[in-house]
Amino acid sequence: MFPHTCPFFLINYINPMAKIKYIEHDGKEHEIEVANGLTVMEGAVQNGIPGIDADCGGSMACATCHVYVKEDWFSKLPDKEMGEDDMLDQAFEPKSNSRLSCQLTVSDELNGLIVHLPEKQI
Amino acid sequence: MINTDVVIVGAGPTGLFCAHQLGIIGLKCEIVDNLDKIGGQCIELYPDKPIYDIPAIPECTGEELTNNLIEQIKPFNFNFHLNDRVQELKNENEKWIVKTLNGKEFLTPNIVIAGGVGSFEPRKFPTKSADQFDGKSVLYSVKDKTIFKDKSVVIFGGGDSALDWAIELSKTSKVTLIHRRDEFRGAQSSVDKVKELQKQNKIELLTKYSIKDVKGNGNLESVEIKHDDGNNKEIKADYVLGFFGLIMQLGPILDWGLNIDKKTIPVNTENFETNKKGIFAIGDICTYPGKLKLILSGFHEGALAARGCFKYARPDEKYRFEFTTASNTIKDRLGLKE
Repeated sequence: MFPHTCPFFLINYINPMAKIKYIEHDGKEHEIEVANGLTVMEGAVQNGIPGIDADCGGSMACATCHVYVKEDWFSKLPDKEMGEDDMLDQAFEPKSNSRLSCQLTVSDELNGLIVHLPEKQI
Repeated sequence: MINTDVVIVGAGPTGLFCAHQLGIIGLKCEIVDNLDKIGGQCIELYPDKPIYDIPAIPECTGEELTNNLIEQIKPFNFNFHLNDRVQELKNENEKWIVKTLNGKEFLTPNIVIAGGVGSFEPRKFPTKSADQFDGKSVLYSVKDKTIFKDKSVVIFGGGDSALDWAIELSKTSKVTLIHRRDEFRGAQSSVDKVKELQKQNKIELLTKYSIKDVKGNGNLESVEIKHDDGNNKEIKADYVLGFFGLIMQLGPILDWGLNIDKKTIPVNTENFETNKKGIFAIGDICTYPGKLKLILSGFHEGALAARGCFKYARPDEKYRFEFTTASNTIKDRLGLKE
């Protein structure tokens, strides 16, 4: 019963995960565990969640991994890097709580994060 | 009708290097791209951003990479068909008839799709009501600026296109510039100029607003905009211009009967042929186990696809592998004197 002998604990130890909830525009929810270090965009793409296109592959050169983050979580996210708002200008219906999910790296702090997907990306 | 060995769809780095490889093995090609310039994403999305993973080039920008590739294929004198888009493919007697939007026709045994993530098109307003005025009074580019003389023009966007047109049109029109935030991504000198014109009441500048609705009965009358704080405002408008950058869409490629998997085209890794004989796909648009969306992968894919094209372009000849260092035939093709 020691923690280090429990395989499930071990997996968490080697590869910590955070729960991220993606809510599609029509309200359909997907809650998945995303490994720390991946981005919120990669979590969606690797798990086949519809509504995140990520055409440029995460190089902040397009705006097709655009998500909305409600106020309570928005303030907890790391600040936008230079260039993210420039790309968001070119997103579909950007709002003041818009982010590019390729710029949100999953960590323990983001456990429980909820992102809302726009009606479409392009 | 233009007869050729290969039509390359897309003039990004992958398409350009594939053209180089075709030239080296003695085939002709024609290159079509719907942008007005050569270079694809490199030139449209990140001309000034440094790239660090091109083999043997520690650092270069998208623009430098493009210019070097153009230089590298110069000896072959291939034709570029810019501002045009391949629209339709028809199979006829083991060859393809390729038709473009501008009415050009090619007859070719091979097509290489190097289309990246698709063709670039302007992003349009999200409001459905804007569609009915699309191309008439709701515009995404300016072809003839004289139509705006003495009119009310509402411009949306925060990049160079929006700023430059706001400045230019303010000379002869009543201009309102609307942007979703206070910061602009266009050149600082243009931002300063717009703010100066705002002080002189030559431009009305509204920030933290986005479009809500476009109104008019047959003719455009006004636009309704929404502030971040929820308040709405209505502005009289004869024309509305939107400059929200470009989006990439696969477009007509979807209609060519190719297998498509999540906006990419599955290929074999021997010669990058698709499920259609004589149609190859390389670069970001192709997929196979282990695919990396790197420019260097596109170069490799282009080299192999070029050899794949040889088989159909010269069915009676046997392809001979040669090195550029040693082959006099290749040196001739490159226009080098002995």
